[in-house]
Amino acid sequence: MSSSVIERAVPEKRVLTTKPRPSDVAFRATLNVMSYSSLLILAAIGGFLAFRGFGAFKENGFGFITHSDWSSIVDNSGKEVNTFGMAAMITGTLIISTIALVIGVPISVLTALFLTFYAPEKIKRALVTVVDLMASFPSILYGLWGFIVLSPMATYWAKLIYKYLHWIPFLNVPSPAFERSPFLAGIVLSIMIIPIVTSVSREIFGQTPLDRIQAAYALGATRWGMIRAVVLPFGASGVVGGAMLGLGRALGETVAVYSVLNIVFKINWHILYGYGGNIASMIVQKFGEASFTEKKALLAAGFVLFVMTLLVNMVANTVVQRAVKSGK
Amino acid sequence: MTTTTIPHHETVYPKRPWKATKADLIPVFAALAVAALLDYAVVAITPMKGKLAYALLFFVFGAGFQMALKWKKLGRRAAVDSLAGSVAISGAVIAFVPVLSLLETTIVKGAKGLSLGFFIHDMSVANYQSPLSEGGVVQAIVGTLYLILIATAISLPLSLLTALYLTEIKGKASGFIQFLVQAMSGIPSVVAGIFIYSALLLTTSLRGSTIMAALALAILMIPTVTRTAQEVLLLVPADLREAGLALGATQWKTVATIVVPAARNGLITAVILGVARIAGETAPLLFTLGVSNKINWNPFSGGQSALPYYVWSGLGDGTELGIDRAWSGILVLLIVVLSLFATARIFGTRKVKIK
Repeated sequence: MSSSVIERAVPEKRVLTTKPRPSDVAFRATLNVMSYSSLLILAAIGGFLAFRGFGAFKENGFGFITHSDWSSIVDNSGKEVNTFGMAAMITGTLIISTIALVIGVPISVLTALFLTFYAPEKIKRALVTVVDLMASFPSILYGLWGFIVLSPMATYWAKLIYKYLHWIPFLNVPSPAFERSPFLAGIVLSIMIIPIVTSVSREIFGQTPLDRIQAAYALGATRWGMIRAVVLPFGASGVVGGAMLGLGRALGETVAVYSVLNIVFKINWHILYGYGGNIASMIVQKFGEASFTEKKALLAAGFVLFVMTLLVNMVANTVVQRAVKSGK
Repeated sequence: MTTTTIPHHETVYPKRPWKATKADLIPVFAALAVAALLDYAVVAITPMKGKLAYALLFFVFGAGFQMALKWKKLGRRAAVDSLAGSVAISGAVIAFVPVLSLLETTIVKGAKGLSLGFFIHDMSVANYQSPLSEGGVVQAIVGTLYLILIATAISLPLSLLTALYLTEIKGKASGFIQFLVQAMSGIPSVVAGIFIYSALLLTTSLRGSTIMAALALAILMIPTVTRTAQEVLLLVPADLREAGLALGATQWKTVATIVVPAARNGLITAVILGVARIAGETAPLLFTLGVSNKINWNPFSGGQSALPYYVWSGLGDGTELGIDRAWSGILVLLIVVLSLFATARIFGTRKVKIK
């Protein structure tokens, strides 16, 4: 029996370190950098639109948002004369969005209440899917439907409203022209914002603390009594946030509004009367035949729209987030 | 051998003494029936006419009768409760009527123009005033598929990496990035379109093409995909990550071989929802897509067609034939969007699976 020295390969002592491996360094660095892509995109949008539109802002000054004339004509000497003012478009956008909110938010809140507290489980599940489905319909579908199906109905409703309520200043019209009015555009938008306002409201209502609901019932409240005393105060801020998200959508909607609204560069406070303004639709309408200078002015208009929607959305998201957190 | 009687187990259902019995429901439905009859009678004999009158009066009578029943049985507070219930139900009905009308009109009006030829012909030999048997949407379908593919290829990496940053690194900037992503989801589609136009087309010799439109659509797709992907990644149990790290894997290995595969189905859902969001977008295409009436296989140059743009052109044409064509186009688009939606549901309902 020969004895041999068995030489074992002794591994080197393991070095313990908290230093990340190169692969991790690269991985984390990539994520860190790429996560700022959203900032980059937002900044690029704001930057480019403002940069291109700067000329229009400079030339028209505050008139760009306080005047209502929009014309680009070539005078006799062959010089291009431009006046760009968006007051009618901004007012029109706000009017239409307000109509959309006034019609859409109550319906959405009622739907959310129905889905959360009234509907049987099976119906609820089906209807929630339908609400999600509504949100995924293309906006051109709403436009086409609004133009073909809703427009005659809304004209009829407008005539009815005018007949009985024309003593209210903004429901009066200078002459009986009810087609393609801000009222119609507002109804189309109200249908388009129902899904988002409903789903945000539903989420908030669903988070109402169960103990408070049961306490209300234990004190003898009816279902409506419970909703009024517990759910609505609890969900109010969430509904406000949802409504603002809806407003953000309504402000920026383009194709659907363009299909149903008669765009005229004149402020119109008579919501049933057949013309109105809308920033997004105006950009689409004017862009095709615009000269280089006018295109830049339209980009400036886009910048105004971008800033408006961005602000509304940022506030809305903060409000919703706070409401959702308070429920947890 | 003794026979034992097997105790008969009955499923015990919870009893709900507060639930309406059949006897409770009879007066409710009877009242609704009477309300309907009365509704019909009033519309027939008074000058109030039309669907609006039917709906309004039915609500007044229906809700009124229910209130009266409750008041008699349980008093004023029950009557108010019943009214609130009627209002809530009516609100929901009003919200869902447009959906039915939208679907019904699209199917009825759109189905007229559908034929095999509609799917295999392009518009090079037809225009929007041609009868629907001529010309078709094949170029628009190819265009839309191209747009979807390219927009996904651009937005998926950005979205996935942002979502991974928010769930895996949870760095100092998480809150800020989250805020930005949400702000981005509010960008109006027209702004995305004119942004690409102002940045790439206005002062250059480039013209509208598939790639330009896909860039604009990617901007709209990123927030949807990021937010859904983030939700899905959060569902992956922390145990899995810890197990990976405990076995000595680097974070990169853990994420790439455990976390992302575990969330695969959810990530597919995220992409599909993003695609559904952009497939029907029209406004950005008006500035970035250019025009083409036949299939353009080159995404980098030359105009392209797309389904929403096809519908837009039909609507813009304004003639009866043009609008019929638009309805057929929107039906095809709606089928595309709804199948995407259904696929997302199927993938979305599967739980996060660990192999």
